[in-house]
Formats: sequence, C-alpha cells, structure tokens
Amino acid sequence: MKAPAFSYLRADTLAHASALLREHGDAARLLAGGQTLLATLNMRLSKPQLLIDIGRLEALRGIELRDGFLRIGAGVRHVDIERSAVVAQHLPLLTQAAPHVAHAAIRNRGTLGGSIAFADPAAEWPACALAADAELILGDGARERRVMAGDFFIDLYETDLRPHEVLIALEFPLPGPARRFAFAELARRHGDYAIVGIALAADVTGGVLSDLRIAFFGMGNTPMRALGAETCLAGSAADAATMSRAVDSLDEDMRPDADLHSSAAAKRHLASVLLRRAVHDILQPEPVR
Amino acid sequence: MNDVTAPAPVIDTEAQRYIGKAVPRSNVLRLTQGRGQYVDDMVLPRMLHVVYLRCPHAHARIVRIDADAARAMPGIAAIVDGRQMATVCAPWVATLKHLTGMRSPPQHALAIDRATWQGEAVLAIVGQTRALAEDALDAVTVEWEPLPAAVHMDTALDTATPVIHPELGSNLCFHREIDTGGVEAVFDGADVVVEDVFRFGRHTGVTLEPRALLADFAPADRRLTVHHSHQAPHMMADLYARQLGLDEADVRVICRDVGGSFGIKVHAYADDFATVALSVMLGRPVKFVADRLESFVTDVHAREHRIKARLALAKDGRMLAFQIDDLTGIGPYSMFPRTSAIEGNQVLNITGGPYKHTHYRAALDVVFLNKVQTSQYRGVGHPIACTVTEGLVDLAAARLGIDPLELRRRNVMEDDSYPRTGASGILLEGLSHQACLDRLETMMDYAALRREQTALRAQGVHRGIGIAALIELTNPGPAFYGVGGARIAAQDGATLRLDPTGVVHCATGVGEQGQGTETIFAQIAADTLGVPITSVRVLTGDTAATPYGGGTWASRGAGIGGEAVLLASRQLRHNLLELAAAHLKRPAEGLHIVQGQVSCLMTGEALIALAELGRIAYFRPDLLPAGYQPELVVTRHYAQRDYPFVFTNGVQASYVEVDVETGFVKLLRHWVVEDCGRVLNPMLVDEQIRGAVVQGIGGVLYEECLYDDNGLMRNGSMADYLVPMACEMPDIEVAHIETPTRTSQLGAKGAGEAGTAGAPAAVLNAINDALRPFGAHVSDQPVTPERVLRALGRI
Amino acid sequence: MNASKTLVHLRVNGEAHALWVEPRQHLVDCLRDEIGLKGTRVGCEHGVCGACTVLLDGDIVRGCLVLAVQADGHEVQTIEGVADAGAIADLQQAFIERNAAQCGACTPGMLLTAHALLQYRPGAGREQIREQISGNYCRCTGYHAIVDAIEQARDSRGPSNASPVAAILGNLHE
Repeated sequence: MKAPAFSYLRADTLAHASALLREHGDAARLLAGGQTLLATLNMRLSKPQLLIDIGRLEALRGIELRDGFLRIGAGVRHVDIERSAVVAQHLPLLTQAAPHVAHAAIRNRGTLGGSIAFADPAAEWPACALAADAELILGDGARERRVMAGDFFIDLYETDLRPHEVLIALEFPLPGPARRFAFAELARRHGDYAIVGIALAADVTGGVLSDLRIAFFGMGNTPMRALGAETCLAGSAADAATMSRAVDSLDEDMRPDADLHSSAAAKRHLASVLLRRAVHDILQPEPVR
Repeated sequence: MNDVTAPAPVIDTEAQRYIGKAVPRSNVLRLTQGRGQYVDDMVLPRMLHVVYLRCPHAHARIVRIDADAARAMPGIAAIVDGRQMATVCAPWVATLKHLTGMRSPPQHALAIDRATWQGEAVLAIVGQTRALAEDALDAVTVEWEPLPAAVHMDTALDTATPVIHPELGSNLCFHREIDTGGVEAVFDGADVVVEDVFRFGRHTGVTLEPRALLADFAPADRRLTVHHSHQAPHMMADLYARQLGLDEADVRVICRDVGGSFGIKVHAYADDFATVALSVMLGRPVKFVADRLESFVTDVHAREHRIKARLALAKDGRMLAFQIDDLTGIGPYSMFPRTSAIEGNQVLNITGGPYKHTHYRAALDVVFLNKVQTSQYRGVGHPIACTVTEGLVDLAAARLGIDPLELRRRNVMEDDSYPRTGASGILLEGLSHQACLDRLETMMDYAALRREQTALRAQGVHRGIGIAALIELTNPGPAFYGVGGARIAAQDGATLRLDPTGVVHCATGVGEQGQGTETIFAQIAADTLGVPITSVRVLTGDTAATPYGGGTWASRGAGIGGEAVLLASRQLRHNLLELAAAHLKRPAEGLHIVQGQVSCLMTGEALIALAELGRIAYFRPDLLPAGYQPELVVTRHYAQRDYPFVFTNGVQASYVEVDVETGFVKLLRHWVVEDCGRVLNPMLVDEQIRGAVVQGIGGVLYEECLYDDNGLMRNGSMADYLVPMACEMPDIEVAHIETPTRTSQLGAKGAGEAGTAGAPAAVLNAINDALRPFGAHVSDQPVTPERVLRALGRI
Repeated sequence: MNASKTLVHLRVNGEAHALWVEPRQHLVDCLRDEIGLKGTRVGCEHGVCGACTVLLDGDIVRGCLVLAVQADGHEVQTIEGVADAGAIADLQQAFIERNAAQCGACTPGMLLTAHALLQYRPGAGREQIREQISGNYCRCTGYHAIVDAIEQARDSRGPSNASPVAAILGNLHE
C-alpha cells in the first residue's frame, strides 16, 4: 500500500525537533531510521500529518567511552553497534544480540534509539538495556533527563518518553572484570521477532554467580526482569536444585499472553529452556583471547 | 497403449548437443541486470490505476456505499460498484460437468448486495496513481451489516452453521466417492490396521511479484490487449471475450516475465475481470497490481483438509487396503474456471498411488466457507495424498517392526509391471519405484544414517529419517478440464520458422515463468534442426503470435510443448533438406544439417548455409525448379491422448533434528530421486525440484493462513505469514532415474510439482521418526514448535 | 499540513537527478516511477521480502523503507547501475551458470545483498551466506542454487578486477 500524505521537515537541532513536537503534538512523529515507522505508514496503520526527520542530528551520534560508561547515541545504527570494536570489547552482550536484529539491510538504517523508543516487546535492545543497567538520556535541547532502563518501559509500546522529548543516548556502566554475558532468542526464522529471548548478565567468580540481571523479551508487554530467578541464582553455581527453583519462579514474575503463533504455555516453557541454556552458557569458561 | 517394455526410442535429431545437457538459460542475463519485463514495469499513455475496496468482514450485506467525497478527490477518474460493473461484465459459474453434482453459484467481478469473504472487492476506485486512489478509498464510507459466517469446515455441514448460499440448501459444493468394493471385509480381516487423522493448514502461494495486469482497451476498434502476469494467456483471452462480450479475435493477452506463479496465476480472478471491464468502460489503460496485504486475502488459498485415514496390512507387511475420508474447506464460490473441487478430487485419485493394494474406499466432501477462494496451487492435492499415504505407511512400519524403507520395497508396484491400473482407477504407464528406492538408499547412505541416529539418541540428540514415495500427474490430456466443458486447451502447438538470416524462430502456446521452458524448447529445436542454440529464438506468451495453446499447468510444459516443438522442428528440417536438394540438385537423403550448414551425409562436406537457403527461398525463388515452393514455416500440434495423465514417480527423504526441549525442527538434509522421463536439461529440472521441495517444506513447517472465529485472517502480511527463508532450508541433493514415456517421441514427462508433492510427507515422517522414542506423534501441519511440544507432553 | 512536492537531489547510478517528490513517496517508487529504473521491485512494502534492495551510500537498504526525501543529497545505486559498472559480473556469471535465477523477481535484491556480503566478508562460508540472504525471499529456487552461485563468485574473487559485462555476453553462447 502507499503511505497516506504527510509533511516532512528535517530537524536542525534537538531543540528544533522538540519545538516541532510541542507544536504538532500527536499529529507528528519522529523519523530516525524509519524501519518500523515507514512500514507502519505503508500499511496505513497510522496517519501522522508530519514526520520530523532527526536522522542527521549530530547530538544523537557516536559510540564512545566516557567517564566509566559506554555511551551510544540514539541515532547510532544497529550495524554500527554490530561492527563496533569498542562495543565488542566493553559490552559484548550487544555484539551478541546485534546479528539477531532483523536483517542486514534493516540494520543499515534502523537505530538503537528507534528500537528503544518504539519498545516492541519482542525486540532485542530493550532487553539488553535492562540487562546491562542502561541509563537513558532524554532531552528537548534545553534540559536533559535521565531514566534507568528499568523505569523506562511502562506498557505495550508505552515508555516514559514525554511527548516533546527526544531520546538522545544510552549510557551503559562499564562492566567489571568478572562480568559475563549471555544472549539467546528463539525465532521461527532467523531475523524474525523473537518468540522468547533472554539477555543475561552476571558476575562469575570461581563458577559462582552474583549480581544477576535476567531480562526476557517476548514474555510480556515490555522486557521483563526475572527478579525471582535472579535472587535464586545469586550466590550459586546453578546446581540442579537451584536451577529448578529459578525456573519455577519465572511463573511469578512473568505472565505472558499468547501471540499469533505461540500459546502462553509454550512461551513459559520456552522461557525456562532459555534460562537454563543461558545460565549454562554464562558459566562456560571464557575463550582465551 | 505403448509397449513400455521395449527400449525407449532414440530421439531422431541431427545431433544431440543440447538435449540432456545443463544448458544455461539465456533469459537469466537480463534478469541479473534488473532488466526483466514485468507487468508493473509497463507504462502506457493515459494509464490509470485501480484500487479495490474490499469487505473487511467474512460475510456482510452491503447496505450503503457513499463515495461522493471520494469522487471529488484529486486524480480520481471513476468509482464503480458491482451493479455498474455487471452491465459490462457477466457473472460466471465455476463448475465442471465431469465433477458430477458439483454446485457453485454465479460470482460477479464486484460483489453486489453481499460480500462473502474478507477481501472480496465491492468497489473499484480508479485514479491517476495508486496513492491517489488509496487516498480516495479512505474517503469512502461503507455501511456493512455483518452476517453470520461459516468459518470452520468441520461444522460447515451442521444445521446450526449458516448456509452461505440458501438457494443451494447446504454448504456442500461437491461430493465424490470411490469404492472398489469389499473394503470393509478386508479391514475386518486384516492382521494390522493403522489409522490417523491428518490436518493440513490452509496456505497460499506468495508469489514475489504479486498478481498484476494492465488492461488496454482501444475503443475505436474495440480491441483489448491485456498485459498479464499469468500462466495461460489463451484461456484468459477466451474468458475476457466471453465475460465482456468481445470477439475473441479482438482480444490479445501478452505474458512476458512473470515473477513467480506456481498455479496462483493460472486462475481467472474477479479482480482480473473487473480491471478489464474498467478499461472497457473508460476507454483507457487500467493497471492493477495487488499489493501484498491484498494478495493474502485474494490470491487463491489451498490445502485446507482434514483426512481420516486407515491402512490395512497383513502381518508380512503386504498392504491390503486404504480408506480415506477427506473434508476440505474452500471459499464461498468455486474458483473460475478450474474449480475448487479438483484438489480434493486429486487427493482421492492419488492416495495410495505407489502401492499394489487392490482395495480402496474414499469419500470427499468439499464445503463452502466464508474465507478466501481456493484452487490449484503447485502440487494440487498431491502433497496431501502423499502425506496421508506415507504417514500411514510409517505407522504400519513401526507397528509391524519392519524398516520403513523395506516396507515400501515390499509394496511398491514393480518396475516391470506396467502399464497397470491403481486401486483408485488411475492408469499408470511406466514407473520406477523400485529403482528410485534403491538409488535413494545408496545416495543417502541410509544404513549409515540409521547408525548415526542410534548413536546420537544415546547422547540425547534426536534425529529422524523420513521417506516418502510419490506419484505425480503430468502431461494431462483433455481428461482434466476439456471433458468438463472448460475451454482450456489440452493440446499445444509450435510454429518453427527459418528467416532469411538463418535464425530459427519458435513460437509456442506454452509459457515461461522462470522454469526454463524457453531454453528447453531452444534445445529441442537446435538439436532437431542441427543449428547452434544461439540461432534459435523462442517466443511465448502472446496470443496474437503463437499457436493456440494451454499455457503452463499440471507440469505440461516440457512434455507437451516440447513434443510440439520436436514435431514442428522435424518437419522444418525435412522442408529445409528438400529445399537444399532442389537447389543443389542432389538427393535429400544424402544430406544432413550440421551447425547450421547443410552438409553431405557421407563426406561431411559443408554444402550450403541455412542462411543462404533462406536468402534463396525468400528473395530468389527464381533460382528454384518450376512448380516447387519452399515452405520454411511449419506448425505442428501435439495432444497427449493415450492416458488421462502421464504419471511420474519419485522418492524423497528428509533428515531432521528435533530439539525436544524447544520443539524446533532443524532440517539437516533432503534427498530427491525423481523419474520424470527423459531429462531434457538436468540443471533446470534439478532447480525446479529444489524450489518445489522448499515450497512443500513451507507447508509442512511454516505456512498457514490463520483465521479467527469471525472468519478474519490474522496473519495476512509477510511479517506474520511465515514463508521459508534461506537460513532454515537444507541443501537438497537430487538424482534422476529416466523412464521415458512412450506417449511421445521426446519421452519427457513433467517435473515442476513433484518436489512439493513429496516434501511434506518426508519431513513429517522424519519428525515422527525422531519423536518415536518418546511415544509422541504429530499429524497436523504446519508442524510448529507448539505442536511438537504438545505431542511431547512438555506443555 | 503541507504535503506537496519538494525538491530532492539524488545521485543515482552516478547521474545527478533533481526531482519533485511527495514526502510520502518511498525511494523505490521514486526510482521506478520518476526516473524509470524498473529493475528494483516492489514485493511487500513492509520491509520483509528484500525485493526492493538498493544501495544507499554503498549500504544495502530496503528501498521501500527509505523516503526519497531522506535520500536527498545521497548516492543511490540500483541493480542496473551496479551491473552496468561491472561490479558484480562474477556473481551474474555464477547465477547464469548455476541457474540461481528463475522468475528473476528476487534476483536484483539477491545480487546486491550477496555483493555486500562478499565486500564485507570475502571469505564468507556457506552458513554465513545463508544468514546474509536470510532477509531476501525467493519462492522459485529454494535458495540452494543461489548459495552455490555466491560461493562460486566468492571463490573466483581475488585481487584482480571483475570481468566486464560484455565478456559474459560472449561466454553465454558457449
């Protein structure tokens, strides 16, 4: 289908983008990579009057280490994260997740910020943001606001982003030397939205887990942390009994709905399988670099 | 009938330099440059675009359409409803006389008063661009009165279910039975009876180029030209003429590059007639290109079946009787003109096909539903019949403790037992099940795989091997459609012409949608005439320029079209040698043609080039003997009339690994041994088979049109309807056994659909083989991880 | 709302174009309808099938998910341009020899996607090839022949330049 008619303006600055958002309210949409928005428009599922192109804003660019954090601009493309040596070295969770984000051609356009702001419940980056304790930087060109990932995702496609705000960057605390990551997702075909996925971060010292973050995607309206499982597994080497308790606790933290292809029961089961596998993976000895 | 035991005739050609070789297609170069010529690439002066407003309900009365605001919008040329369209385009009824008792009410190009499926068009909006027409569509308001819908085939015939067409009294479209007699007694007395209920998910073709046509009606002389992405141009020319009251002589249908069809584009859609009617009404070219969302709710669907089946065997493994009960849910109208009953009809004919049993009972109920119309899609009933047959065979093998390959060996019709008749009444000419099974066993190293399977099982890795023997109908005679009253050509013709330049032109009524038919025809013509293949040009897909033919369907292109090319080429060669003899004053028997030169048979001396002969014939007949007129244009036709169809056979195997924790199935490898008679171009046949196998895999693992209880399709987009993509597909190894058909000199049978016929059965059997240690079993397609997990009791 | 046409400057296959386009027109429609380059196809318009693949500043993208106005000032290459420049001659040759194109609808997208892979990962193995083309839908081939053809091109790619298109035309007819 052909998109409905709309106007198009290129924002010169963050402040300009924000001002346009204030002026047009719900009739305007931010356009970054456009990989979700333009598909939606092509299907006439949405009829905004104005697209505000923030694709060329300098303020949203860059992957850099800054004051003990890894800062990634909201305008950074998925492919840039995928190929970044800095990310691979300091936050390999993102490097592991990147090849699962859609397909190469999409990754060449789509942005981190677009994915986070849209907050599809089956998307990879929101769960990675949770698992890596990301702090989101939001702003309107005048003021900046910081929100932890855990507080940002509120409900289905609903985030803490205010109507006049633009997501500027994500800051990830640099992991300590004991920090390990595991990532896995189950999808019918490579590149599809996941049925269920997991992003796992933990300190592993002498085969014992601590300070876990277990973030699932595809298991609810937002990415979800399996807090019960995190508590269960902390201080353990994931022995069979502990693992079993962790799996049982998933049901308390997550009540997924069925989706088009999978029942709730299937999702709950698959989540438990992924939890076991991810914990197993994270405890494997690191390959020598 | 031909004697299949005698050695196959050598094809009488000048030299066989191309037939049987992997000749690359000359078409591919321009496709790799982005220079294909698809319908949407064509632009005509003053061309308009049509968008259809489609019913969003499964069943609804059209109370009121208000298009006033839409009409006033920029770039809108016309807005036409069903009543207006009916003044230009007659309704049609899609039944065939030989499907006794079949019913279907008249269908209009645009629905009038009532729409009967989500997707049925009720209004045409014609604008300067598609975007403007869609803008106008948004401004149309329609008042619908939703009506109760018949959505589930299982209950379609229940009294509580709404009858879609009250004048028919029920939702039954067609019923048929086959009964050899004595079946119940066989089942009662048998040592072993295995049974199962198989369900097949409705799915669809998803051609990458959507359906498209550009209708160009010239009002001055009332001539219609339709550029159509289609498989059967002559059939469409005839239908356009009929439905629109034009002379067929004034209708021309042209099919150039078609971006995938697989049977989806062999039908006559309401959209097609509507678009053509609009061109007639407006006197301007009108283009329709279905967008992807539209395609899912209008392209024919297929394969929605529930089959209760059982097989009786003796304890030594001899198959005694098959019985099936097939229920299939179609749309609210049978599809025009090939009907929606053929698929079920074929399930009945094909089930049990490879085997020697003599008792068979089958019943078919084809029921109307308020869903998208269904009809022929690659394989047409064969994937279903093969799954049912081969699924029962594997159940029997497990029950009897006989190896599945061995059980098949004991029961397939012997290679030297033809011609013979199958239990369903099908006539089989010459098949090679035994040779194929032997070849498969070696090619896949069956014994080694079984050992590997056992070893890995001990380590908790669950692999399965699935085998599927199959038969596939090809090269149809008029038994398919002609006898039923449909004007669908069962014959085909080829016109071969030598030009004064020495170039050979070949025009045929069979077309090409990527399978390589044009190349195969060039190979045949080149070998028969003794010219380099670069001297041959093939023209297809134009009713004004080719002999009247049937187009592409039921895997008839190579076998039937090829035979016509062979016959015409041979006559042209005869005429050329006669011309050479007359000109050179030497006997024709002492001449032959080599590399485009008429040469002395005995000495090999090149005597005269075909180009020179052409020059003389066309420009210098004064040099020829009085009373002699050369004829360098020859047309020959061929119809296969020995059998209703010429069957092929094959066997496939699938090797899978089932992750019993997640239910995911990984396809490790796939093998095909195929006997399609004489192989004219092994590369093209192999690639047809590979594509067909993956299409079959789509049906068994991924594809399903998911409907809710209101009859609305829930996954009508590329994101949610899962087609096979590269990462999940296996490498596919192909081997050939060649049993040429004696129904033609070429000996070629069809090869386009067999891959799809056998793949679902092979994969389903492999999954069940992997699950056997758990006592788990699946018989519903697509086999999703969900279904595997439920079978395993994990959820 | 002012949705009227706006002027964009695109460099397409090395040629400069100044075009008046509606903001809503996506890049593929612009290439096909405004410039007349028909080689890039429209298959779904939701970014899934890959038939609309073009190069934008050298990267493969879904042309249906890029607005023409977004491409203002940028470089676009379509299959025609890349093919005519000789950059994929080995891939084309391999596709012909291996019959990796049947109906041809997916072929332009497949070629550009394969080309992008071989540029970034010249030693890509069979599984990586399958992963790279996993976003390009083909209904005709079942993918096996396409993977074979890309492997063949990979193996033939070396430090030397690709052979010109004319050589293929010659090679085709034995």
